[in-house]
Amino acid sequence: MPNQPLTVIQVAGRAMTAQLVRMNTTASNLANAGGVASSADAAYKTMKPVFRTQFDQATGLATVDVQRIVSAGEAPTKRYDPANPQADKDGNVFEAAVDETRELVDMMETARAYQNNVEVMQTAKSLVIDTLKLGR
Amino acid sequence: MAGNDLFGVHGTALAVRSARMGVLASNIANASTPGFKARDIDFRQALAAAGTDDGIAAATKYRLPLQTSLDGNTVELSQEQTAFAENAVQYQTTLSFLNGRINTLTRALKGE
Repeated sequence: MPNQPLTVIQVAGRAMTAQLVRMNTTASNLANAGGVASSADAAYKTMKPVFRTQFDQATGLATVDVQRIVSAGEAPTKRYDPANPQADKDGNVFEAAVDETRELVDMMETARAYQNNVEVMQTAKSLVIDTLKLGR
Repeated sequence: MAGNDLFGVHGTALAVRSARMGVLASNIANASTPGFKARDIDFRQALAAAGTDDGIAAATKYRLPLQTSLDGNTVELSQEQTAFAENAVQYQTTLSFLNGRINTLTRALKGE
């Protein structure tokens, strides 16, 4: 439904979808923290979603969408570990550079943003139901 | 304008509060979007301009942040949450006023 006017419930719902994408990238980042690969290209890189506001001209509302997911963060760190089966011919492995503290902070912020949108949706829903009961 | 006389200011007030709920929900939805500028509706101005075409749009203004953030986002969650809760209560108050008016009229019509 890309061309229909937005409702408050859709605003909150799409924001929840965006936050869920962010939560998924955080989970992937944390899961791959400390993972090693044989080359810098094959090593895991931190993923981050890019949020973009989606304005609705008809209603003046604004929701948020994930525009794309980019790889961010530092380059993989090279470590000399010839005993590792993943090591290249020089005996080096490439470790995924995932900042675990930053990811955990991100996870908490995402959870709070998600909760806020759930709250908005619940309030909007109960107000709509109350309006429907008007005059009964 | 029989409809306006019937419900007084409360009909338009409900429309403005509904619009404000949408604007505040948009702010909360964009709490983590870089560069998003939070907006709010000036209730007094929107109510005074009710009936004109873009009364609510003209009364929608950018919020001045108490503290600026590095990514250009001006949503302050505590402020938005307070405003949203306040607006929800006010919406329900307006609904009660409307309900009371409807009940009065129904009772008068029934002649109880």
